Amino acid sequence: MKELLELLEHDARRPVSELASMLHRSEYEVEQDIKKLEKDKIILSYNTLINWEKFGTDTVTAIIEINLTPQREVGFDAIAERIYRFDEVRTVYLMSGSFDLLVIIEGKSLKDVANFVATRLATIEGVTQTRSHFMLKPYKKDGVIINDEERDRRLVVTP
Amino acid sequence: MIETRPDWHDRLSPAVNAIAPSGIRKFFDIAAQMEDVISLGVGEPDFITPWSIRESCVYGLEQGYTSYTANRGLPELREEIARHYKEEYDCSYEAKTDILVTVGVSEALDLAMRAILAPGDEVLIPEPCYVSYQACTTLAGGVPVSVPAKIENEFRITPQELEEHVTDKTKVLLIGYPNNPTGAIMRREDLMAIAAFAKKHDLIVISDEIYGDLTYGGEEHVCFSSLPDMQERTILLNGFSKAYAMTGWRIGYAMSNPTIIGAMTKIHQYTMLCAPITAQIAAIEALRHGKKYMQKMVAEYDRRRHLIYDGFTKMGLSCFEPKGAFYIFPSITSTGYTSEEFAEELLKSEHVALIPGSAFGTCGEGHVRCSYATSIDKISEALARIENFLKNHPKR
Repeated sequence: MKELLELLEHDARRPVSELASMLHRSEYEVEQDIKKLEKDKIILSYNTLINWEKFGTDTVTAIIEINLTPQREVGFDAIAERIYRFDEVRTVYLMSGSFDLLVIIEGKSLKDVANFVATRLATIEGVTQTRSHFMLKPYKKDGVIINDEERDRRLVVTP
Repeated sequence: MIETRPDWHDRLSPAVNAIAPSGIRKFFDIAAQMEDVISLGVGEPDFITPWSIRESCVYGLEQGYTSYTANRGLPELREEIARHYKEEYDCSYEAKTDILVTVGVSEALDLAMRAILAPGDEVLIPEPCYVSYQACTTLAGGVPVSVPAKIENEFRITPQELEEHVTDKTKVLLIGYPNNPTGAIMRREDLMAIAAFAKKHDLIVISDEIYGDLTYGGEEHVCFSSLPDMQERTILLNGFSKAYAMTGWRIGYAMSNPTIIGAMTKIHQYTMLCAPITAQIAAIEALRHGKKYMQKMVAEYDRRRHLIYDGFTKMGLSCFEPKGAFYIFPSITSTGYTSEEFAEELLKSEHVALIPGSAFGTCGEGHVRCSYATSIDKISEALARIENFLKNHPKR
């Protein structure tokens, strides 16, 4: 199962027939495994990593550090939920260290994102401080190098 | 081009003239003119050397490591090689006396042959085998004696087959498992039988184990010198090219008893001096921290191996399931083509490059060598094109 997950994580579009061959199992077995992994919410979704900048769409990504006052009984979870329910929020992590939540936000413009942080995030009860960092250039995302110049330089036939 | 007298060929060394040019050159020339060739003809990993290994070399250059090294190689590298063999195979080699770092296994093989062969000495070479075994023997003044391995026996060699070719001039047995081009391996019991044969005839065994880290399906590589009583008579050759995707670095090594390594070092110091220091530094990093990257590559080769084996079996080309290296060696006799015709026609009509089995010895005829050291997508596309070729170009 682990190997199947690793293959899918790397490329979710591989045909089942190919996966079955690679894993030395039957197509039926692989299909059943995938269905089960989806049902158990181990596989959550199949996403596509897109170079939007190359496509010509400008988006602004900001990483926000948030400090919180933890609440009785629920700790940070309730505030985290109030934050991650926003569509604008792409990622939320609870962190150790000098801040509590790391939040990644995508928006159309700098103003758009700044506005969202000021009016929606900073005003949530329990949020004591926010620090925003705007992303300038992505080099690598989810294990994929954005502009990779490495390629196959081997000769066509060698002994 | 310089104009030359017609008799230049006769002025060359007879030993060089006696060697046939490599059988794969022709395919290279045809393929080089095509745009969309998918090549299963490459005998090297498609991975680029893991970054930590490359980075250590860059750092070494920044620190000014640009000099010669000891003839035998950097002491730290030899220590790492000795440690590696102790840990992996429980073989004890002394870094100071038993190990020589070379410019790839190719140099190591040449040195070994030149160090031990007297004119007329015979070398037993199981075929199919790597293309340079015969040539290296001939150039060193020896006589290569081919011993065909059989597909019925999964291309493993047996003492009975070797016995048929032993004479009082036989001095060396040269084996290479996991095997290029067949993907065959020799299990412990197979090698024990070969060891007894070597002992009986008092042969030196050159064991080329460059693909030793690449075995699959739970098969464990057995190092020939780890067998009882074999270390002293074995010249073990290995390198970094295949396991760590470092072909272009040209770095390998030989291990044997101090007398043989001393003799090889003598030739090496006058002809090569030392292996490049940059590659030696990278090799240290590979042995210290490269194992996890290597294992990841091996796992990927294994998945490709299943895919390509399934593919050939489904299209009706019989082949035995390779257990090591990254080659598969399907039989194409059912198509009616010779292996060279098959490779040429396939390349011209479907733009898929592979190597005719005949390039690896006469008993390789009827087979083609396909490397699965290429991406899954390309393997799938190549398989589809080969299937198409079989449909559209039936010979008989």
